[in-house]
Amino acid sequence: MSASPSDVERAAVDAVLGPPGDGDGRVVRGGREVRGRRHLLLPALRALQARAGWVSPGGLAYVSERLGVPPAEAYGVASFYAMLSTRPRPPAVLHLCEDLACRLAGAEELAAELERLHGPEGEDRDGRTWLRSPCLGLCERAPAALAVHAGERPREVACAPLGQTELAAFLAGGDVDGGVGPAPISAPQTADPEGWASLVLLRRVGRVDPGSLDDYRAHGGYEALRTAVALGPQGVIRELKDAKLLGRGGAAFPTGLKWELVAQQPVRPHYVVANADESEPGTFKDRVLMEHDPFALIEALTIAGFTAGAERGYVYLRGEYPHAFEALERAVAAARARGFLGPDVMGAGFAFDIEIRRGAGAYIAGEETALFNSIEGRRAEPRNKPPFPATHGLFGKPTVINNVETLVNVLEVLRVGGPAYAEVGTAESTGTRLFCVSGDVGRPGVYEVPCGTHLAELLTLAGGVRGGGRPKAVLLGGAAGAFVGPEDLELPLSFESAREAGVTLGSGVVMVFGEGADLVDAVLRIAAFFRDESCGQCVPCRVGTVRQEEALRRLASGRTLGTREDELALLADVAQVMRDASICGLGQTAANAVWSAISRLGVFG
Amino acid sequence: MFGAGGGTSSYEEVEHTDLIVLWGSNARETHPIFFHHVLRGIRNGARLIVVDPRRTSSAAWADLWLGIDVGSDIALANAVGREIIVNGLHNETFIERATTGFEAYRDSVMEWTLERAERVTGVPAAAIRELAHAYARADRAILCWTLGITEHHNAVDNVLALINLGLLCGHVGRYGSGLNPLRGQNNVQGGGDMGAIPNKLPGFQDIERDAEARARFEAAWGVPIRPRYGWNITQMFEAMERGELTALYVIGENPAVSEADAGRIKRLLASRETLIVQDIFMTKTAEMAHVVLPAAVAAVESEGTVTNSERRVQRVRKALDPPGNARDDIWIIAQLAKRLGFDWGEVTPRSAWDELRSLSPMHRGMTYERLEELGGIQWPCPSEDHPGTKFLHARLWEEDPARRGPAAPFSVTPFEPPVDELTEEFPLRLTTGRRLDSYNTGVQTSRYRSPLRLGGAIEVSPEDAERLGLREGEVVRVSSRRGSVRAPVHIDRGLRPGLVFMTLHHPEEVETNLLTIEATDPKSGTAEFKAAAVRIEKLPAGGAAAGGS
Amino acid sequence: MKVPVAPPRRLVEVEIDGRSVRVPEGSTILQACRAEGIETPTICYAENLTPVNVCRVCVVEVEGARALVPACSRTVEPGMKVRTDTERVRRSRRLVLEFLASSVDLSLAPDLHRWQEVYEAHPERFGALMEPAAEGERDGREPGRHVPVEPGTAETVAQPVKIDNDLYVRDYARCVLCYRCVEACGDDAQGTYAIAVAGRGFDARISTEFAVPLPESACVYCGNCIGVCPTGALMFKTEHDLRREGRWDEARQTVTTTVCPYCGVGCNLELHVQDGEIVKVTSPADHDVTSGHLCIKGRFGFTFTRA
Repeated sequence: MSASPSDVERAAVDAVLGPPGDGDGRVVRGGREVRGRRHLLLPALRALQARAGWVSPGGLAYVSERLGVPPAEAYGVASFYAMLSTRPRPPAVLHLCEDLACRLAGAEELAAELERLHGPEGEDRDGRTWLRSPCLGLCERAPAALAVHAGERPREVACAPLGQTELAAFLAGGDVDGGVGPAPISAPQTADPEGWASLVLLRRVGRVDPGSLDDYRAHGGYEALRTAVALGPQGVIRELKDAKLLGRGGAAFPTGLKWELVAQQPVRPHYVVANADESEPGTFKDRVLMEHDPFALIEALTIAGFTAGAERGYVYLRGEYPHAFEALERAVAAARARGFLGPDVMGAGFAFDIEIRRGAGAYIAGEETALFNSIEGRRAEPRNKPPFPATHGLFGKPTVINNVETLVNVLEVLRVGGPAYAEVGTAESTGTRLFCVSGDVGRPGVYEVPCGTHLAELLTLAGGVRGGGRPKAVLLGGAAGAFVGPEDLELPLSFESAREAGVTLGSGVVMVFGEGADLVDAVLRIAAFFRDESCGQCVPCRVGTVRQEEALRRLASGRTLGTREDELALLADVAQVMRDASICGLGQTAANAVWSAISRLGVFG
Repeated sequence: MFGAGGGTSSYEEVEHTDLIVLWGSNARETHPIFFHHVLRGIRNGARLIVVDPRRTSSAAWADLWLGIDVGSDIALANAVGREIIVNGLHNETFIERATTGFEAYRDSVMEWTLERAERVTGVPAAAIRELAHAYARADRAILCWTLGITEHHNAVDNVLALINLGLLCGHVGRYGSGLNPLRGQNNVQGGGDMGAIPNKLPGFQDIERDAEARARFEAAWGVPIRPRYGWNITQMFEAMERGELTALYVIGENPAVSEADAGRIKRLLASRETLIVQDIFMTKTAEMAHVVLPAAVAAVESEGTVTNSERRVQRVRKALDPPGNARDDIWIIAQLAKRLGFDWGEVTPRSAWDELRSLSPMHRGMTYERLEELGGIQWPCPSEDHPGTKFLHARLWEEDPARRGPAAPFSVTPFEPPVDELTEEFPLRLTTGRRLDSYNTGVQTSRYRSPLRLGGAIEVSPEDAERLGLREGEVVRVSSRRGSVRAPVHIDRGLRPGLVFMTLHHPEEVETNLLTIEATDPKSGTAEFKAAAVRIEKLPAGGAAAGGS
Repeated sequence: MKVPVAPPRRLVEVEIDGRSVRVPEGSTILQACRAEGIETPTICYAENLTPVNVCRVCVVEVEGARALVPACSRTVEPGMKVRTDTERVRRSRRLVLEFLASSVDLSLAPDLHRWQEVYEAHPERFGALMEPAAEGERDGREPGRHVPVEPGTAETVAQPVKIDNDLYVRDYARCVLCYRCVEACGDDAQGTYAIAVAGRGFDARISTEFAVPLPESACVYCGNCIGVCPTGALMFKTEHDLRREGRWDEARQTVTTTVCPYCGVGCNLELHVQDGEIVKVTSPADHDVTSGHLCIKGRFGFTFTRA
């Protein structure tokens, strides 16, 4: 392929990779040195997208040449991510969320409106278009959209709630407003002076200036790091173990043990990674934390690096979070300027720095090994395990990877000490948890409650079901979670109770479906979501997610193959092979919510 | 090397070494499956350094590429040697124990400072230094070369200059360290093994010096063997000039096309009293012959053995019947012998092989059954319970001098520039080589439809193309002091200004050897295909098609 | 001669289907099963490639593991208890085979036919097969969006065959996405990386950059992708043409192993001859020189023998 880049494409790539070296026809240093830069592939492709509105053959060829990545592989990566386009796309795109919470808030009506005013999805009119998008993580302000403008000054603006006015403004060629919502809207408890006193993870949200390191320190910031340095790595691990802190990303692995395993690995270097690829439909808690208290994540990741013996940390942030990115970028720069990151952190004699990497539209990149591949400049395909990240993680090295919420919990563990931390919550599920309450409730938002709080209490806190009465169903844990019915509202929200009830808390999604909600529509959306987000690597998930959606659509349309029971048996088979034989959690959970809707709620009964 | 002519290492070792140096070798294209082993080595952590005038597809994998001036290899090697010595990085134990001539070598390279080498080779001093230090500091290192080293008027000195480096660092005789010429043709090694070289009997037994071996062959063959070296191919053509060589029997060679200064060669061939050609095709040489003997394709239409670049003897087998009257080479030779009065009875590939085993100690253990069972055996294999030899010269590392055997000699290798000098009239350095999809004079490879085919193009750097106003595909006249051809232009970013490249693959389109120089190495008889001086001229608008003129 | 030997490998004792088995440390479950004579289906696994464990047809049950594990890549651990014959294992294998057979043309993959019988697969239960996609349609699919098929039909990868050069054809209607060709073109042998997996999910496909024809790609026509393709998706043009003419007949073919007549590397070739013509060239996967891989000359440079 011999396509050439345009000057602006060249400049956009050079801005990421630095100016090209000048080969003199006599000596070229290549090999390992060049191949070692492959991790810059996704940032370079993102730069092309942001500048030109798509990844053109010329732009891709230039990136390939600069990084020594074969063009076919670079194309394999570019064509993996939904926010990158390998076909010409208008510079202004409105990504309209069509996922669960936004559907409950009228996303389809907005889509119909867009179709009426603009034309079909993807059609270029005056350099603008609109596209459907999976969950944008703005569920508390649904319906939501993300406006992306490519060009010399690329801009990305979250827009929620998206009303007729904003929509018309975008179509008219203007900008949409939105961005970071005021903290009390996203985390209603923070506006309540009484409720605020009990908050731990949300303590600073809305009270601290996210752009000010000094303000962060005035609110107790960097005290935990000082404690960590005083305790030493072994001490930190002991506190985490005493705290019985379990990971909040879904797998509930003990954090202390995870850090210890990595700290003990003789192989160097070690890495720490914050998994901020918050893409589970209905989840937005990490976004709220990062937008409103970014230094908390930076400090917690620094503690992780200190404890696990890593000098480099990554925050892998989902691509659809421009405002969290801006907040983190500022925070990292400020921390670096003040010596909280760098060769001698806080004068304590250890080196640590952080790089923020942005995803580009792939739910699967939140799977930890897929996330490593994504950072490394490969397709975000999950790896088979074992080996686990503790021994073979990022760049094949021992790696701690934790969800954002888990990391922020570490600050509290060090503030109060492990045993005191463990006194909150239940015996097995210690501490507080963040729940993303959305859908048909009075006050959607992020809520922090002690582990073990009953679902009904949480719903009351959130203003109850919108319009009163009991919900028709509640989706716990997101698309990979499970539906429960109105009879399950007394469920304590702890790992152990969820396990007993055969559900999962997953990423803390609590999405309420009121009386008028269309559950068949929700189930079909979940099936479509997994079909879209499967990476395609393993057969059970690649074909299973297709066969599942086909069967559900047959059931929904009444055009079944054989009887309804035949279809349900077929769905059970498909669910079983995905659960048993898929490589990763995506395939293994792709039938959970669907099957819970059928078995618990009798959706196709 | 040091007696037996063969690469010292196995391909397998390339996968487990720490440093691979490809010097004058574009293995990626000319030995693609050997390069698979190199790639595995790289994946296992080895560094790759490539020395080549062109930034080839092999260089694309290199940690460091040195773009040397054509024919300045000895200058580079000597400078590398000096740099190693003055920094005390040479292996004193090995040199002391297993080599001779170090002092003379040391003294001879002292004039080759990095700065001087930079002036002569064009390679910046820092890069030469890096090569020297990387090679000397590697625990294991494998140095490979191909025709970029041997197709020069001073080919043997080129090779010796590289061997010096191996001796200097003790990078020979150990697993993962070695010195390896990559053989250009599927049985070049086997030809040498079988004595198809002017100075050796089968099994690399010296025809002049090894009286015991000579006696063995005389007894077996029932003829006296004169203890005298024969002529190499260059000497043969010289003998033709002198009128001493009047009859020529050519088997599977196409010298009318493949030899440098083709005009002279064709004139000499055409004036022989007797020219017999035995080949699978009616080649240009065959067209000039008095008698043509149609032969079977060795690897496909007949049985036998070949030896590869890691000294592995492997079986070839017959998959097809030869067409028409074509016959096995072995049958033709036996029939010829019979007409000349020597009835060898029925000679089969196997009976010939078993005879070889009885006469060549290094092949003795290689029965057909064992070759079959083990997928080939690497020589030497002296007995039927011997597994074959992965790498040569382990003896040099023996503590016991008796078992160490003869020491390996350093050689003094003076630098001489290429014979065909660059001048204002002929300002461009033409070098030649192979492309991935083609082979030698294209007799075989021109018959399949390769999508990669570039034809007889002359490759030029983007800078020269711009300077001369040349477009991709434009036909130009290329002239040397010996002849002139027309060829289409292909622009290659791997070339630097002043360097142009052609192949011998498409003589029907472009007769490259009309340009090359018949300046041959007195020791090996190889011509300097790699370095001619040429100029490129644009043709008048609407210029004719490519071809000779 | 001092050839370094690998550090000694200990034997590990594991239990497979109730039998105690001792295998060298570092062996895979698949190797242990094969050593025990337990037949295990495989699709993406090839002995000369790194296991990618994507087809999941070789899954087995390991005590203590929540999900089934791929036998091809999981190494044995002391005391591991493996079951290869449970209902869960059979069901997963059956479903994997049904998924493939309902979405891919497996007519040139005889092994997979046999396995479908063994595991009683009924791919037809997913509905009528979709019409083949228009030429290039699948190459243009974008990640994260899809158009569902009509209820009652099953989506497939059916599409026209790609013929863009004289040496080989790519018939991706037969592609099970086993990654073998990508591995052979890339890390595991050739290091050319002319093809990679592009797209995502069911729309993932083997592709050059922007799906350009092979002659515009980095392809060097070594044919090592053909050599490892298990379903006939990649095929010599000679074989493709003979099949189209109805003249391809493996029963009449002989296979002779010899050594390549080109450069001095000494690659073993297997010449497949039908009616006095070389119709295909392969190389033995277990030979030290080639590991089953060749270059363009070895793979295709033999038409001269038919001149």
